[in-house]
Amino acid sequence: MNQRTGTPAISVDRVTVHYGEVLALDAASLTLDPARICGLVGMNGSGKSTLFKVIMGMIKPDAGKVLIQGESPSKARRQGGIGYVPQSEDVDWQFPLSVRDVVMMGRYGHQGFTRRASKADRAAVEHALDRVELTEFADRQIGQLSGGQKKRAFVARGIAQGATMMLLDEPFAGVDKRSEATITRLLRELASDGCTILISTHDLHALPQLCDEAVLLMRKVLMHGPPDVVLQPENLAMAFGLDVLNRGRG
Amino acid sequence: MDFLDFLLEPLSYDFMVRAILTTALAAVVCAVLSCWLVLIGWSLMGDAVSHAVLPGVVLAYMVGAPFALGALVFALIAVTLIGVVRNTSRVKEDAAIGIVFTSLFALGLVLISVTPSQTDLNHIIFGNLLGVSVPDLIQVLVLGVVAFAILILKRRDLTLYAFDPVHAHAIGLSPRRLGALLLGLLALTSVVALQTVGVVLVVAMLIIPGATAYLLTDRFSRMLLIAPVVSAACSIAGIYLSYYLDTASGGMVVLTQGAVFAVVYLFSPRQGLIGTRLAKARRKKVAALSV
Repeated sequence: MNQRTGTPAISVDRVTVHYGEVLALDAASLTLDPARICGLVGMNGSGKSTLFKVIMGMIKPDAGKVLIQGESPSKARRQGGIGYVPQSEDVDWQFPLSVRDVVMMGRYGHQGFTRRASKADRAAVEHALDRVELTEFADRQIGQLSGGQKKRAFVARGIAQGATMMLLDEPFAGVDKRSEATITRLLRELASDGCTILISTHDLHALPQLCDEAVLLMRKVLMHGPPDVVLQPENLAMAFGLDVLNRGRG
Repeated sequence: MDFLDFLLEPLSYDFMVRAILTTALAAVVCAVLSCWLVLIGWSLMGDAVSHAVLPGVVLAYMVGAPFALGALVFALIAVTLIGVVRNTSRVKEDAAIGIVFTSLFALGLVLISVTPSQTDLNHIIFGNLLGVSVPDLIQVLVLGVVAFAILILKRRDLTLYAFDPVHAHAIGLSPRRLGALLLGLLALTSVVALQTVGVVLVVAMLIIPGATAYLLTDRFSRMLLIAPVVSAACSIAGIYLSYYLDTASGGMVVLTQGAVFAVVYLFSPRQGLIGTRLAKARRKKVAALSV
């Protein structure tokens, strides 16, 4: 395991969540150190998005505790530390906003009552656009970007926000190989600047190059360690329930 | 008769001046709000709230309270009931909306039938543009300006709420509160537009302008300009048409808006059914010439 130095970036302690009768998270525990990139692996319904929602404080767990950099999720949100990159299908790509408009939304937490942009806000937005190499596309409507550019636009929003922690939901879905490499490089740069990154994915081949650690989730954390260990076939079989299938056939 | 006379003649009647002022004001406020409604997909909600306020307005009339107060209370009741029916039964949201708003609207009709001054209240249903009194105009003015000011001051938060409520939550804003604010403004705006076109047609003013503007631009900030300008122009044109054709004023206002939407739907250079094809053909022609 990693050496623990100071306050963890994310600490999820025996969190349990029910949706009605359905158990979504069962005493899941996860501790993540600052400036690490962690891949959250599990099949649909394994609780990945529930875990994200708990970390962002959108769902109050039935039991257990979440701390973000030692603070409650609500305090961490108000401090603007949490950046979020949504899954493609959760975004209305027809929405009449430019790339720059979307990145500017990262600044709203820093702005006054009417969210009027200051010079500093505009500079932060331009810097973020430059960092993800989207400056020349800044005036495009967001739907008129490629799959990878769309993801980078939302990463730029997190950069403009000054997020110290970023949550990415399926960042490689609908993204071509080259863009995937660009995003991987970008996220590695952000991590080396001190940003903690948690990625939910069922795209396994991209993980070893990208992540420092991986977590196997199946309502609880089955395994947490270096990606090459966690992604061993027998471990994946456990997380994706393949052994159950085989046994059923045999 | 020349064009100037055509424009000025109706204005020699005070009731026409009040009608035009009220309509233009209601058109602008509704149009601004409609930009968010069409993007969030709240058209049906707009329909529901604008109908459900009827019993509130009637009760307010009966006890002599401001219309807006009654409307807000019943908008709140409607939204709460819709949420309760949706969350606690297997009935889906559109059905829940349909059940709640028609029931509340029916309650309003029943209340009107037992209230002494019936003629007055029937105007709420179909609008009574030509019968707008000075106090009516002042009420519409006050409510309209308040709703407009809040919408414009909070436009960026509302757009964020419409586009990405999860991000709004992640940076410490409350999507719940923003949603509630928008619903409250929807109730307020419904009252403003009641005078003009009546409960039944308010929803047209709350949807058509935003939808029209959405077909014309890719920038939300421009939608916020196009929608009110087009809506106000359509509404005033509708009143003139109703004056000269001697037709129902509320109906004419909505019909004009619908006609303009149809034209934009067909000929918008970005999104229009025919407009996009024309633009493509023109590009081809230019390309062929330059070869």
